[in-house]
Amino acid sequence: MSELDYKIIVGLEIHVQLATRTKMFCGCELVFAAEPNSRVCPVCLGLPGALPVMNRQAVEFAILTASALNCKIAEFTKWDRKSYYYPDLPKNYQISQYDLPVGENGFIEIPIAEGQTKKIRILRVHLEEDAGKNLHGENFSQVDLNRAGTPLMEIVTQPDMNSPQEVSTLAVELQRIVRFLGASEADMQKGHMRFEPNVNVVIKKDGSEFKTPITEIKNLNSFKALEKGTAFEVKRQLNEFLDSGEVAKSGNKKTFGWDDTRGVTVLQREKEEAHDYRYFPDPDLVPVVVNEKWLADIKSGLCELPLAMQKRFTADYSLGDYDAGVLTADKDTALFFDNAVKAGGDAKRICNFITQTGLKIANEKGCRVSELGISPQRLAELAKLLDAGTVSATAAAAIFEKMTQSDEMPQQIAESLNLIQKSDADELKKIVDDVITANQQAVEDAKCDGKKTKKAYGFLMGQVMQKTKGTANPQIVAKIMDERLKSI
Amino acid sequence: MQILELTCRQLRDKIAGGEVKSVDATTAVFEQIEKHDRQIGAYISTFKEQALAKAKQVDEKIAAKKPVGLLAGVPIAIKDNMCTTFGATTCASKILENFHSPYNATAVEKLLAADAVIVGKTNLDEFAMGSSTENSGLKKTVNPHDFSRVPGGSSGGAAAAVAAKMCFAALSSDTGGSIRQPASFCGIAGLKPTYGRVSRYGLVAYGSSLDQIGPLAKNVEDCALLLDVIAGHDEKDSTSVDEKTAPVRDWLSAVNNKPQNLKIAIVPELFKGADGEVVESVKKAIEIYKSSGAEIIEIKMPHFDYAIAAYYLIATAEASSNLARYDGVHYGHRTKNPADYIEVYSKSRDEALGDEVKRRIMLGTYALSSGYYDAYYLKALKVRNLIRSDFTAAFAKADCIVMPTSPTTAFKLGEKTNDPLQMYLADIYTIAVNLAGVPGISIPCGFDKNNLPIGLQIIAPAFAEEKLLQIAMLFENKTDFCKTAF
Ligand SMILES: [Zn+2]
Repeated sequence: MSELDYKIIVGLEIHVQLATRTKMFCGCELVFAAEPNSRVCPVCLGLPGALPVMNRQAVEFAILTASALNCKIAEFTKWDRKSYYYPDLPKNYQISQYDLPVGENGFIEIPIAEGQTKKIRILRVHLEEDAGKNLHGENFSQVDLNRAGTPLMEIVTQPDMNSPQEVSTLAVELQRIVRFLGASEADMQKGHMRFEPNVNVVIKKDGSEFKTPITEIKNLNSFKALEKGTAFEVKRQLNEFLDSGEVAKSGNKKTFGWDDTRGVTVLQREKEEAHDYRYFPDPDLVPVVVNEKWLADIKSGLCELPLAMQKRFTADYSLGDYDAGVLTADKDTALFFDNAVKAGGDAKRICNFITQTGLKIANEKGCRVSELGISPQRLAELAKLLDAGTVSATAAAAIFEKMTQSDEMPQQIAESLNLIQKSDADELKKIVDDVITANQQAVEDAKCDGKKTKKAYGFLMGQVMQKTKGTANPQIVAKIMDERLKSI
Repeated sequence: MQILELTCRQLRDKIAGGEVKSVDATTAVFEQIEKHDRQIGAYISTFKEQALAKAKQVDEKIAAKKPVGLLAGVPIAIKDNMCTTFGATTCASKILENFHSPYNATAVEKLLAADAVIVGKTNLDEFAMGSSTENSGLKKTVNPHDFSRVPGGSSGGAAAAVAAKMCFAALSSDTGGSIRQPASFCGIAGLKPTYGRVSRYGLVAYGSSLDQIGPLAKNVEDCALLLDVIAGHDEKDSTSVDEKTAPVRDWLSAVNNKPQNLKIAIVPELFKGADGEVVESVKKAIEIYKSSGAEIIEIKMPHFDYAIAAYYLIATAEASSNLARYDGVHYGHRTKNPADYIEVYSKSRDEALGDEVKRRIMLGTYALSSGYYDAYYLKALKVRNLIRSDFTAAFAKADCIVMPTSPTTAFKLGEKTNDPLQMYLADIYTIAVNLAGVPGISIPCGFDKNNLPIGLQIIAPAFAEEKLLQIAMLFENKTDFCKTAF
């Protein structure tokens, strides 16, 4: 395949479950993994006579997200019925938005390399209700309608992505955005984000361009599957092109599923079915007018977006892209970091506290770093102690852990745990001299240039730290040690 | 005193005054049902025990001087396309023959809250699709005035029950004339309120943008009383109008006020399509208005002729989608031994839906199909707007429009069953009112040579029910055409 000159073209459809309390058109609460058919009512069961009532919060979340994705927000939008028969769809139509989506023509910026970003155009953002789930037994099928009526936001990009990595990066970036906005929990384990990439390849051969038939891959529920599925499909299409030479034309779009265990895409539909969904405006729902005041209210929920924040952290706080990325994976953590720096803590030190000690403890407790009971101000104080050499890095980590259990300031904790570093040169000189006197062999080894030097030096330093119970400032001890060894 | 001759209002007042017991009224209604309904076939189900228990409860409340609702102790019937937690909700379809709703329609809840006694649920054309009740998938209903004739439709069972004194009034629904036309055929009053005036929650949908619940009753006053009970915004129905736009009034108190400076519009061209005797009666009615001081204005409704075509695209398009849920998968009739899941759908629907329902589903599916949508559905919506403007223009000149309710009196059973198009024309005067969403009432205005009732239709602007009822009442006070059978 390496002889082929080709370009990958991918567009993505993403379904995001919104973080509303109740379903899109009824009052049923959204509960994950509830007893089958226990979270249902006449409306989401599609019983005769039941009528939908729009969930305003869902509309607001969609408008908020569409705004963050730089979309043009519809002043007037409506609900349409999309008809098809399937057992998990109780009304045999889905309430969706056809020709007037909530938002259109936006873009999302995604990080593609250290300090570099790329704009991917967003075609549309619309709202719809989810279907239930079909469960298949040996010779029977059952339907669980708990999920029926769950509010979904569908985001459709233009085919602007040119590698499997870009596709998964976009997905991750979108996850950060909806989480920052509070529009979705975007929990992959709970199926809050589902992906359907449309993939094909443009091949340059013998001076002409050939486009392979477009494939839609269904059922991708993780970033890894999204990237692997897309990559697999590219390879498969290149092979198929070499085999058959088939090119894209109207009607030969194919649908593939993703088999995660085997790591392959599986053909579901050879030819695009001539689906006629018979869209028409739902007469049970009134159109939605988004006036200026409402839009302004919704947009007041906009915040600094993760990528902008990440860029600011690298530019203003001199963090690397990686660290800034880790910090901005979650809004609370990012704000916690930002506030601690603004309270006077050194950015790099605060970052290390959070990414090393903080995230570890938070993971153990199953919470966020910002929820550990340490205020940004106290964390800044801790960073200052470390900066001033008042405590060692090791001690600081211990103090951090203690701070999660106590309201005391780090200085007090350091004192009560006896972790204040000894930086008094005279006192340390005396201790160094004692160690040198007591360990003549090690001094000999440390002085000669050989294999043993480093080990012996480390031993002597360790003796000093032991005598001071780890409170000696290692830099000052090293300086004294060097002077003494030279003079012997 | 004959209890069954009383109107709702009279009965209610007598029950409240301790003069009549609800138990006695309810017992009389069930005796009447036992006597006549085997022949008339108005009811799909009745709830004798439940009704008598409720009646007893109301009587006890009144005896104890406890507060009671607006319809305390009055036996009322419900068209069987409104959901009730008691009995089945069949829509006169085999596909829902054994369907039991877990909830009550809002209008039913309001009846119950008003302490009405629910007698039973009445027959209709399957899913309210029809003009004679002959499309019922469950039973036949005849006109109480002449057992060889249809009671009208789709609310034939409800109208027959009221006309045969097998209840004191009925809750019904009107999508293209389903309240007004049977009212006309059975010699009673029937009101279709403004679209959005009464909650549709729990009314099994046929054409969602046209369906509206309203009363069938012995006279105009009772229509006002029932409207008092069922009107109002419902947060469960987004299309029900908020009460700031359309305040709920005490229509019963207002109904007897004489409308001042009344201007009535007539559309002479429309009289051409009706039977001579019908036209004659309607013209006499207009004379009565004239003699009581009303000014009569002749107007044109240039788009009226297109109403039936537009209606049969819009209503069927909506119906094709509304009825998709009756699939044998989740509830209702399911075919035995399907070969695969596709057959669960196709066979269940084929076995349990009637011809007219299938016809309308197919027509609506076609109208919404890609390639035809613009030519049919979209064009029908444009016609609908033109019809709306016809009404707006008319109401700029007059308080109401008066015309026949139906071009004929009740026709013979079987007369039009083989010619759907002829059947559709029976709704020529009523359909435009639903397309425009305005309120309309049918009241008796005479009899033909066979002594069959003729209906007068009065149409008013949106949310002008008060004026509409007053105009109808004015006529009723000067005439005596209200006639129950036997
Ligand atoms: Zn629900």
